[in-house]
Amino acid sequence: MTVVIQDMFIDFQRCIGCMACVAACSECHTHRGNSMIHVDEVDPGHSTQTVPMICMHCKVPTCAMSCPADAIKMDEQGIVHSSLKPRCIACRNCELTCPFGVPIIQEDIQQMQKCDMCYDRTSAGKKPMCATVCPTGAISYGNVEDMKRNRPHSKPINQWRFGKQLVETRVYVMVPHDIDEMLVDWPEMLKGAQGPVDLAVQLRDRFIQMGKLPTEVPLGPVAATPNQIPENLQPTTVPGGPEFL
Amino acid sequence: MADVPAADPRHLIEEYGPHISDSPVTGWNDKPIPDKLVETHCCFCGMQCGIKLAVSDNKVVGFEPWEEFPFNEGRLCPKGVKRYMQTHHPDRLLDPLIRTDSGFRKATWDEALDLIVSKIQDIQKRLGHDAVGMMSGVSLSNEKSYLVGKFARLGLQTKQLDYNGRFCMVSAGAGNKKAFGIDRAANTWQDIPEAEVLFVAGSNVSECFPTLMHYIWKARDRGAQVIVVDPRLTPISRTAEYHLALRPGTDSALYQALLHELIRNNWLDHEFIAECCTGWEELRTSVETCTPEWAGEICGLDPDLIRRVAEVWGKAKTSFLMHARGIEQHTKGTDNVLGCINLVLATGRIGRKGCGYGTITGQGNGQGGREHGHKCDQLPGNRDIENPEHRAHICKVWDITDEQLPHKGVTAVEMFEQAHDGELAAMINICCNPIVSHPDTNYLREALERLEFFVVIDFFMSETARYADVILPGSLHEEEEGTSTSAEARVIRIRAAVTPPANARSDSWILIEIARRLGQGKYFPYGNTQEIFEELRLASSGGTADYAGITWERIEREMGVFWPCPTVDHPGTPRLFEDRKSYHADGKFHLYPTPYRLSAEVPDAEYPIYYTSGRSVFHYLSGTQTRRIKFLVDQCPGPTCEMHPELATALGLVDRQLVTVESRRGKLTVPLEVVDTIRHDTVFVPYHWAERLAANQITIRALDPISKMPEFKVAACRVRPATPEEAQQLRVDYGDLRLLATSKDASPRGENRP
Repeated sequence: MTVVIQDMFIDFQRCIGCMACVAACSECHTHRGNSMIHVDEVDPGHSTQTVPMICMHCKVPTCAMSCPADAIKMDEQGIVHSSLKPRCIACRNCELTCPFGVPIIQEDIQQMQKCDMCYDRTSAGKKPMCATVCPTGAISYGNVEDMKRNRPHSKPINQWRFGKQLVETRVYVMVPHDIDEMLVDWPEMLKGAQGPVDLAVQLRDRFIQMGKLPTEVPLGPVAATPNQIPENLQPTTVPGGPEFL
Repeated sequence: MADVPAADPRHLIEEYGPHISDSPVTGWNDKPIPDKLVETHCCFCGMQCGIKLAVSDNKVVGFEPWEEFPFNEGRLCPKGVKRYMQTHHPDRLLDPLIRTDSGFRKATWDEALDLIVSKIQDIQKRLGHDAVGMMSGVSLSNEKSYLVGKFARLGLQTKQLDYNGRFCMVSAGAGNKKAFGIDRAANTWQDIPEAEVLFVAGSNVSECFPTLMHYIWKARDRGAQVIVVDPRLTPISRTAEYHLALRPGTDSALYQALLHELIRNNWLDHEFIAECCTGWEELRTSVETCTPEWAGEICGLDPDLIRRVAEVWGKAKTSFLMHARGIEQHTKGTDNVLGCINLVLATGRIGRKGCGYGTITGQGNGQGGREHGHKCDQLPGNRDIENPEHRAHICKVWDITDEQLPHKGVTAVEMFEQAHDGELAAMINICCNPIVSHPDTNYLREALERLEFFVVIDFFMSETARYADVILPGSLHEEEEGTSTSAEARVIRIRAAVTPPANARSDSWILIEIARRLGQGKYFPYGNTQEIFEELRLASSGGTADYAGITWERIEREMGVFWPCPTVDHPGTPRLFEDRKSYHADGKFHLYPTPYRLSAEVPDAEYPIYYTSGRSVFHYLSGTQTRRIKFLVDQCPGPTCEMHPELATALGLVDRQLVTVESRRGKLTVPLEVVDTIRHDTVFVPYHWAERLAANQITIRALDPISKMPEFKVAACRVRPATPEEAQQLRVDYGDLRLLATSKDASPRGENRP
């Protein structure tokens, strides 16, 4: 009997950037030291927020649709696999078209490799490696009902809107209750924003207008605490300008 | 000590590393199907996560999550995932080494041990037994920790013995003993999800104890609020409801003000205070003037935020307070700990489901290792070496007279001070890398250089070992059977997955063999490490850390046993104080005032900036192991200095610029990291590197008067652009952090694949 492969969930707020998922992914027998997961810093220098990105296993996979060699296949359980070695021409279409930036052409073997939800483990009834080791539950494996029950302050969704493309994914993300789909777009109102802080201010004001946030929202916890730099500091310079590594 | 420049050891680095390796011993291509999966624990940090090591043909070739182990259920941090790569690392020491004029040469065990024994005997004859000291560490198993204590006192016959817990959490132990009469976390982590308020004081849980985050999130899923006290916006403080980013070294003022507010608003458990506590009146009076405004001024916090946090804590029905090195590594570390405990006891929230307190012990066996007699003033079972009854019990177990049992020695930093002053002539060092972990690196280096004879037992050539006269190749965590005790006081089984390679030997064998050659072999009649544990059970029996009822078989069957466990039919004690009694003779919880005082060194016109240090998620302690694993080094190759943009602008510094941090004791050149996530008046440097990259070049050798813990968390510094010479040196030193190991039979990552 075929094991029913369950669902995966990404809970961005829980990520601590420890890279245990990346480390564990690279240990897979077939990956030979390469990880299929990316962990990105969202706003380095300003926030410690990091996000893990596994393959979202789109129900209509853009990578497969854009593959001229028909090398990317989805199985009956909805898992989108790495490209088929005999067919793959390493043209990078999948790399370029994937809205989540997941597939990577491995130069040395001229093949696209990506997360297959640890097919060797999940098809044998185990959890994927990243979801097993993740120390915070930022990546987890299970079913939607359990997730809703265990994490009542957020909900799983799997609808994404990239401009005009609507994407439904097999993998869910945990979001606040008032969000039904992830809008990955550059809204008209935010054009001209000056960097991330400005963007945050505009988003905050927009949400306050919509009545979705209280009117007094600090932009960051540290900013809310009074502390100053020491007085009478004198900048020093070295002839020849600053040194770097 | 010969005149080899250990601080600038090109030839030693080339030969012994640290090199980085990113390949299983078998290479990626031929990674075999394991012939067994050994259920053991991660060697890094006090969480002691369960892990299965995959073994093939006496080689550790990978890992599998151990999902049945109840604490972590398979969860791991990146150090745990990649830990197996240390076992057969090309840098591994495989033979005893003896110092020569140009470096080290291989020696036979007989030659090395005979040299050690003759030197020790000569020095002890000339200068007395106490001229030889023993320095240990709590990454060792319980059996090894117990053995080190007995080895120092009966093998070396010296009183000079201490351990690296002195650099870690001793202030927590001191505070816990004063308040509770027992030194362990009062609850298991299972009580965290049951609590409605979590108070995290001075702990970057997200980087130092990643697998504990699961428990914190479980609590949050049930609606818990999280309060974090930390000068930095760490990943855990990022999502906390309340982040108190206080000025380094001002913690005790904050806890006084919180207590002041609890009293003013009557958020107290009067019944618990009256029935179960002593010292309330004195404590109450001591905080009368400690208003949130007063503390806000000292701590650099908004008084309203302090009031709000007091209300959240005060009105809670259940809570869990946890703290770590952030409040403990201070000259008032014990006061900080007691200040936290006062908040717990004043609200009576202890000894019940969802009402918890505990220090999050950092080192692998930081809990068990501090219980069985390798502290300067301690005997097994957390007994007091100056207590006649305690001495009598141990003398009976060890079959010695009271005269044979040395009295109290000095603490770790004081022992190195004695070495510096020439009073201590020789030292055996196991499981400790003080050239990284001791405060004021330049002073420590002088102390090591002044030792007449220095022995290091280690599996890699740590930077401290470069100063040794003899290096003995010891064993890794996965090479000897034993037990350890996790931060929640769960005694667990460490299993030998493989045997030590080549001429490396188990740590126990080495210690016992030295003792035997010193003529003291009759006190060490063990056939295996289980026999050491059996003796530890007897020695701890009747002490506060009572292991008498714990057997290896029980641990395996029950997935760990929580001490105290006095008899084999006793279930163990997951939660302390359920009877509302402490372990003091009077059964009461002792409250102590903790009047605020300044740190040993605070910023002034000359050194205007606060300096604080800590850890990265990618490295363990002094980095001897993790700095050899390429994946971890890739994520965090070397130290950087975190600084707020406003401070950087005022100093004319830019992101990634190389800067030199200076204190009255030393200087350190590192790349600058300009981040919004730190206080404006404070800079932060992680401490995992040695010599010129050691964060401890800046720190101060000032001790807590009670715990003798050094003040790693506060120093005064200034920061300026690096000179071209300093920058060039840093480029060389940073380059050395990424020297690749050349492994004979291993194919590197991503190459030669089918």
